[in-house]
Amino acid sequence: MKLTLKIWRQDGPRARGELVTYVVEDISPDMSFLEMLDVLNEQLNAKGEEPIAFDSDCREGICGMCGLMISGEAHGPEKTTTCQLHMRSFRDGETVTIEPWRADAFPVIRDLVVNRSAFDRIIQAGGFISVNTGSAPKAEAVLVPKPNADRAFMAAECIGCGACVAACPNAAAMLFMGAKITHLGELPQGQPERAQRVKAMVAQHDAEGFGGCTNIGECSAACPKGIPLDVISQLNHDLRKAGAGRF
Amino acid sequence: MTELTAPQGVDADYYRVGTPVADTKAPAGPIAEKWTKRKFDASLVNPANRRKLSVIIVGTGLAGGAAGATLGEAGYHVKSFCFQDSPRRAHSIAAQGGINAAKNYKEDGDSIYRLFYDTVKGGDYRARETNVYRLAEVSANIIDQCVAQGVPFAREYGGLLDNRSFGGVQVSRTFYARGQTGQQLLIGAYQALERQVAAGTVEMFTRHEMLELIVADGRARGIIARDLVTGEIETHLADAVVLASGGYGNVFFLSTNAMGSNVTANWRAHRKGAYFGNPCYTQIHPTCIPVSGDHQSKLTLMSESLRNDGRIWVPKRKEDCDKDPRQIPEADRDYYLERIYPAFGNLVPRDIASRQAKNMCDEGRGVGPMVGDFRRGVYLDFSDAISRLGRSAVEAKYGNLFDMYARITGENPYETPMRIYPAVHYTMGGLWVDYDLMSNIPGLFVTGEANFSDHGANRLGASALMQGLADGYFVLPNTIRDYLAKGPYPKLDENSPAVAEARQSVDQRVRTLLSINGERSVDSFHKELGHIMWEYCGMERTETGLMKAIDLIRSLRAEFWRNVRVLGSAETLNQSLEKAGRVADFLELGELMCIDALHRRESCGGHFRAESQTEDGEALRHDDQFCYVAAWEFGGNGEGGMGAPVLHKEDLTYEFIQLKQRSYK
Ligand SMILES: Cc1cc2nc3c(=O)[nH]c(=O)nc-3n(C[C@H](O)[C@H](O)[C@H](O)COP(=O)(O)OP(=O)(O)OC[C@H]3O[C@@H](n4cnc5c(N)ncnc54)[C@H](O)[C@@H]3O)c2cc1C
Ligand code: SF4
Ligand code: FES
Repeated sequence: MKLTLKIWRQDGPRARGELVTYVVEDISPDMSFLEMLDVLNEQLNAKGEEPIAFDSDCREGICGMCGLMISGEAHGPEKTTTCQLHMRSFRDGETVTIEPWRADAFPVIRDLVVNRSAFDRIIQAGGFISVNTGSAPKAEAVLVPKPNADRAFMAAECIGCGACVAACPNAAAMLFMGAKITHLGELPQGQPERAQRVKAMVAQHDAEGFGGCTNIGECSAACPKGIPLDVISQLNHDLRKAGAGRF
Repeated sequence: MTELTAPQGVDADYYRVGTPVADTKAPAGPIAEKWTKRKFDASLVNPANRRKLSVIIVGTGLAGGAAGATLGEAGYHVKSFCFQDSPRRAHSIAAQGGINAAKNYKEDGDSIYRLFYDTVKGGDYRARETNVYRLAEVSANIIDQCVAQGVPFAREYGGLLDNRSFGGVQVSRTFYARGQTGQQLLIGAYQALERQVAAGTVEMFTRHEMLELIVADGRARGIIARDLVTGEIETHLADAVVLASGGYGNVFFLSTNAMGSNVTANWRAHRKGAYFGNPCYTQIHPTCIPVSGDHQSKLTLMSESLRNDGRIWVPKRKEDCDKDPRQIPEADRDYYLERIYPAFGNLVPRDIASRQAKNMCDEGRGVGPMVGDFRRGVYLDFSDAISRLGRSAVEAKYGNLFDMYARITGENPYETPMRIYPAVHYTMGGLWVDYDLMSNIPGLFVTGEANFSDHGANRLGASALMQGLADGYFVLPNTIRDYLAKGPYPKLDENSPAVAEARQSVDQRVRTLLSINGERSVDSFHKELGHIMWEYCGMERTETGLMKAIDLIRSLRAEFWRNVRVLGSAETLNQSLEKAGRVADFLELGELMCIDALHRRESCGGHFRAESQTEDGEALRHDDQFCYVAAWEFGGNGEGGMGAPVLHKEDLTYEFIQLKQRSYK
């Protein structure tokens, strides 16, 4: 296969960026999208041009490190992570645009690499259960009904990639946050801090410069882990209850 | 250094022998009481003094994340480092299967002692009894801690925690969260760590890479790290340093590790005097998706559980290897594991299943595309299971794995057999540590996959997660306090010779890498090293092969420093520069692994020496000669960058478990 790539190049956080066109030939359909970029980088290096910076680590769809806007879609045309996208999803001769996540709260560091530390700060605000090591009760002491355990697990599958933010016209991080609220809120262990958690996380979300949710649903459509929109309903429900002091 | 002797025969060209490791500092007494005694004897630190004591932790995986959170909660001043953009992305996140714990929920006869026994046996009697017993002892606490943090383990309908069984054992003691156990455990540790960041006890440094250890007056006192975004070289000082930097399987280029997994933190400490324990012990996992071409950047694991229902085979005749497998009649298939090991069949341990797959492919009976001169794959066939259980039952059990396989290969495993091949997965070797998890450099502690301690020559499934969290939550916090109680250590000046030397060497290295401006990319060196390691220090090792590998690695290393091309500058995000530093260290580690493999003239666990096998081709240990840990001291900057390393033996004494030869026929 042969593809024309238009790739965002930007030297640093304050530099101006632009789309640069590259042509890559001999692409095997069995390659992953990032392996295709590896091949391009080898070619650039051989020509004396600096390789394109992009993030990835596990390349198994679980660490959340990778993430590119591919022809306008977060993580590209399939419902998976960028690292698990394979070239057989593209047509020979196609032109593909590759850009970083775009959001004020995710500033570009270089080329396709962005700073997502705002997500860590949202977790710092309250995305945890306060239990010091050694003070845990016996695991079997608290039963958790299977439906709650399963829903908690479903929400806990979020990999923190940021595709939801990138896909959202408002650059909201409500799906990411709702997933954490739902994960911890479904479990008995998460109850004591439930009101405090949602208030603190939402305040941090707004302070980071993420936008508000207007129920468009692009986030969930782009989410490689299929986190459903109803985690946002859960978040709003918890926030209302917390505001009214009803937990 | 005291007197060194030369080993016998060809070995004399490669290493020297130093004094044995005399004492691992485990307390005396019955094995079940040692840990309690150690915790009691370890000095306490008054809560008011803890703030004044600082600890650097390199790594935020299960081992480092758990330790950072726990030491932060205790009130110490923690500085935590990772090279990814968030601590949540450490490679522990990728673990699938589960975590062991001796809870005996199933009333199937499990106990601390049985978990201890299974782990020592699984490690082919090359692990230290005292450490393994403690691991089994604290395992139950891990599950309690994780559940309290909100880790959503699988549950039964009654609300109780579910368990499953895993390779090599006869009880059900594995806790799991679908196929994402590592992710869920790590998110638990990550959240606990972020809670401490918010509390101000932990300072987090993401996108930072440790490039040097600072040793002053014989003690580990800090690190030199590069801020990967700005390129700035930073000095960080502390009263103690913990390395929790994971495994080094990427020395093989292709492995199930993450792209960034590396040995640099460990290797820099090794060069500063820390012994490297059993570097050649590598675990090669039998069920991974095979290589599809030269572009391949990593290998993906398919859970071992597939071997419960899938049957492994290759064609009997070479001519059939490129045929559609569905057209090959039953009579022309060789179900080789069932043939060679009638008792265990497809469920033989990892090391054996891997080696036989390689043998089949070496005979020219591999399947799938040609990679180089060979087809590197064997079939894992579910057609029997599908006709026996029905497609929907197979889907319920393995659906997510089948989907992952289909996504990567583009083939439908419900219709055509899967192709699998072994891949490097885990490194049992690592920096040598004593019972307190302290290396031979005072103040340098090593935890998780980065140390060598608990798995001997072969790790059992679901025990690395257990070890990471045991070390991080329960062991290290108790042992490091004994060291910290003697602090704070004298304030170290940023301009002192030890600091200046470390900084300078990092600066120098970065500048050298950027100035060589040769012809070959970093990846091309990494791939070539990987081929050498896989060919000669992989599933089967021989004396001549290893000697050849050492020569090849030495000349590759020399070429690297002459001919590598790293573009860009030191003052920005520069991923080629990051990779170059890691590959430079792999090029040294690879040689030490080969020397270790050369010197160990026995087969044990993941280390198979072709010269040491039974009549029917099984691994043969030599307990009379090799029942020891090989702890290697760096040989100094000799010819080609590395002098001959010094071997220190730690004799393994089995007081509680009797040594036996494994058999699976
Ligand atoms: C695909 C896969 C599946 C697995 N499945 C299982 C399983 O089911 N059960 C099981 O028990 N085990 C499993 N294992 C093994 C287990 O996951 C690992 O051994 C374990 O998680 C390692 O944890 P760790 O904390 O030691 O290191 P890691 O999680 O690898 O963390 C290393 C940390 O060190 C940091 N780091 C490294 N070098 C530097 C440096 N120079 N400077 C700064 N930071 C640095 C990294 O950023 C990272 O934070 C699996 C492994 C793989 C690869
Ligand atoms: S909710 Fe989905 S898209 Fe958003 S960060 Fe989590 S996994 Fe990524
Ligand atoms: S690289 Fe880990 S999810 Fe893509």
